[in-house]
Amino acid sequence: MLKVLKYTLYDLLRSGWSWIYFGFYLLLTFSLLFLNNDVSKSVITLMNVLVVLTSLIAVVFGSMYYYNSREFIELLLGQPLKRSSIFIGQYLGVSLSLSLSLLLGLGIPFAFYGGFNTEVIPDFSMLLLAGVFQNFIFTALAYNLSLYHENRIKGFSYAILMWLFLTVLYDGLFLILLMNYSAYPLEKFSLVATLLNPVDLSRILIMLQLDISALMGYTGAVFKQFFGTGLGLFTVAAILLLWIIVPVWNLYRKGNNKDF
Amino acid sequence: MRLFFVILCVFFQQSYAQTLQVCKGCTLSSIAEAIQKAKPGDTLRIEPGVYKENSLIIDKKLTLIGRDYPVIDGEFKGEVITVQADSVTLDGLFIKNVGTSYTADFAAIRFRRSRFFIVQNVRLETLFFGIYLEKSSDGILRNNRIEGEAKAEYNSGNGIHAWESDRLQVYGNEITGTRDGIYFEFVDDSRVWDNRSWKNLRYGLHFMFSNHDSYTHNRFENNGAGVAVMFSKNIEIRENLFKENWGPAAYGLLLKEINDAEIHQNRFIGNTTGLHIEGCNRIQYTQNLFESNGWAVKMMGASFTNVFTRNNFIANTFDISFSGGRINDNTFNSNYWSEYTGYDLDRDGVGDVPFRPVKLFSYIVNKTPESIMLMRSFFVDLVNFSEKVSPVFTPDNLVDETPNMTKFKP
Amino acid sequence: MISFQNISKSFGKLQVLQRVNLNIETPGIYAILGPNGSGKTTLIKSFMGMVHPDAGDIIWQGKSVLKHWQYRENISYLPQIANFPKNVSVGELIQFIKNLRQKPSDETPFVSQFQLAPFLHKKLGNLSGGTKQKVNLLLAFMTDNPVVVLDEPTSGLDPAAMQVLKHILKSEKEKGKTILMTSHVMDFVEEISDEVVYLLEGKIHFCGTVDALKNQTQTQTIEMAIAQLIIKEHA
Repeated sequence: MLKVLKYTLYDLLRSGWSWIYFGFYLLLTFSLLFLNNDVSKSVITLMNVLVVLTSLIAVVFGSMYYYNSREFIELLLGQPLKRSSIFIGQYLGVSLSLSLSLLLGLGIPFAFYGGFNTEVIPDFSMLLLAGVFQNFIFTALAYNLSLYHENRIKGFSYAILMWLFLTVLYDGLFLILLMNYSAYPLEKFSLVATLLNPVDLSRILIMLQLDISALMGYTGAVFKQFFGTGLGLFTVAAILLLWIIVPVWNLYRKGNNKDF
Repeated sequence: MRLFFVILCVFFQQSYAQTLQVCKGCTLSSIAEAIQKAKPGDTLRIEPGVYKENSLIIDKKLTLIGRDYPVIDGEFKGEVITVQADSVTLDGLFIKNVGTSYTADFAAIRFRRSRFFIVQNVRLETLFFGIYLEKSSDGILRNNRIEGEAKAEYNSGNGIHAWESDRLQVYGNEITGTRDGIYFEFVDDSRVWDNRSWKNLRYGLHFMFSNHDSYTHNRFENNGAGVAVMFSKNIEIRENLFKENWGPAAYGLLLKEINDAEIHQNRFIGNTTGLHIEGCNRIQYTQNLFESNGWAVKMMGASFTNVFTRNNFIANTFDISFSGGRINDNTFNSNYWSEYTGYDLDRDGVGDVPFRPVKLFSYIVNKTPESIMLMRSFFVDLVNFSEKVSPVFTPDNLVDETPNMTKFKP
Repeated sequence: MISFQNISKSFGKLQVLQRVNLNIETPGIYAILGPNGSGKTTLIKSFMGMVHPDAGDIIWQGKSVLKHWQYRENISYLPQIANFPKNVSVGELIQFIKNLRQKPSDETPFVSQFQLAPFLHKKLGNLSGGTKQKVNLLLAFMTDNPVVVLDEPTSGLDPAAMQVLKHILKSEKEKGKTILMTSHVMDFVEEISDEVVYLLEGKIHFCGTVDALKNQTQTQTIEMAIAQLIIKEHA
């Protein structure tokens, strides 16, 4: 697995797209810091961009890499390798390369602007953590969808639809439900609905840093217990991990059973 | 001639004033006895030790000075010191174990109808009420430390409690673990500065019906409900810190029915609601910092001529929330807003497009509090953006016409 | 040596292999022929463990290969389509496969025969289809394995490279290897293979030497023989 991972990473780190992606973050962060000169404000803008964009790029990259390496996978399948090593190795390679672009693209400008000496470090690290989670989760989801669909147009479209659903439509439906049923106690519902969507989870991770004052304004006891204690952070992190573990497990399962 | 007479009087009095020593092995071994023996104008010098005494009544002009914090242990039997005379000074005492009652407001130190008093360097612990001023004016409370263990509102008292007392100077005190750190009711022409009031059960500072007062350089942190200021006029609140007051009914500063006030250079940091304004008129807010609050400013109805200028609004979840219909003549011009995304083509330091500090989502959150979970989601950003482009729900005259491009320097 | 026993496989409603039995006893070159969709590739992929048969078993060296992967250490495989990661060079890919194989292997004779030396430092994304196929062949032959499985080895090759391939196949055969391949190119098969297996609609219709096939169908070339088989089938 490590060999496949290393090779995939090596291939991707020399791919123009990785550099474009890295360059995009570098440029975005530099220009935000340059224009704002305010690190904490930039963190908020970056967060808005990141939650939407990292998941999209991870979906696109994940699907593209799978379909482009479809024939290469056949070559690998002919080698004395376990199947799971091939898929999980490639998956980790893609996720890591995306995460590297993210970490360096954001980290270098921050270090340059002295971001490491300010009090925004917790916010910033939470931002990076959320971004890395998004990469790992959405690449896994895209890889899963690709494994199920031989037709690349179909697989790619499903992946984009999934992204659209999770980042935009889900929250829209969620909000409409909340507003329509505001007469009922919705505290647990809203908490559960948030935990079910990885995009919302990453968002919560950052909200716990940036908006804790506002969150504490809500009267519900469950909210208070969830956000006021370490329980919130712990639960969110655990479920985010589940969002990686379950798709990767399915990758393993489906990868073993699939015919090529 | 007259001056000479005054000096003579002072000299005369001074020469007769004595210092009485109180200690375990002294002739005067109890404070109660010493107070009884002392003549007006005398000083009681209390040596280190534990004095299990309560219900001490000072009814003449006396100065009590403790050396190395002698402990007066009230053994939870009612009030410890009650002053009923003018010109009494209490200095360097350590009073603890004040009685708790549901019917009487026992205090560690109470002044009743006294004037010209000083309480300084006093430490109070395990108390009910700390320093209780009852119709006592022209006094100084300074550099005291009051540390309570209040658990519930009904059986706890306030740190410094003043009622119908004017011209007070309260400074350099540290108050924690009481119900309200500082409580003023009908207290005029007073000054409160350089105090620190934190982790009190209810309010760090709570005052009402108190006019012509100033509150400066104080720090109010982690109090159950923050600071509440009500039914008062002509007050000055300057350079205070209101920090991390969390909870659905917690405010950095709650202003209710306040008229003619100056609120300048305060810092509101990390509160659920930084500043809550209800029925307030003719108030100037300048050069305040609102940072990382849930709601920087919540303005309810029936307020007129609240003028916000040159304040910094940085990284608040919501900058302004407005309920109660009309904007009236309240204005928010020339502030710095970290949310502002406009441009400054003519480079005069002022944004060329107005800023709307009210987000549609803050209305949704007011109606459906659970929707706070969707804060910062892409969908909500879309909703806010579309409202920003064409305002339908948010008051369209609530704008900063001249948003500053850069932060105002403190 | 290699024994396919009652192999059946269907993709959805499409029955691709129907109870296929095939025994490959002696070393030599075995060509699997058949029209598109006849199940050639599926058959060899079953052996490679890339397709899981619905029923039947495949025995090699006395053991079932199904659901295993270690046996592939001794098998070389050439995938049908030569497509590799774009951003690595030919040399790096060779090193990667060598690293995976963990076995003595030598690519130099093939580099020279296919004249790949100028391409070793080029990125795979910049190569033409024919060159990619040469690299593909090199990867399959460079490791010294007793069994070589080739899926359409001739695709995209120019006549010169075709000659090289024939030469390699012959020399590999002389080393006593078993070569199992699929192909469309009949004269190539006729020239090179010892035995042919003719698959049609998932069933084996002929299995034997090229001469036997010609005799059985009374034809001069293998192409005509195949045509005869198809006609007979549809008659």
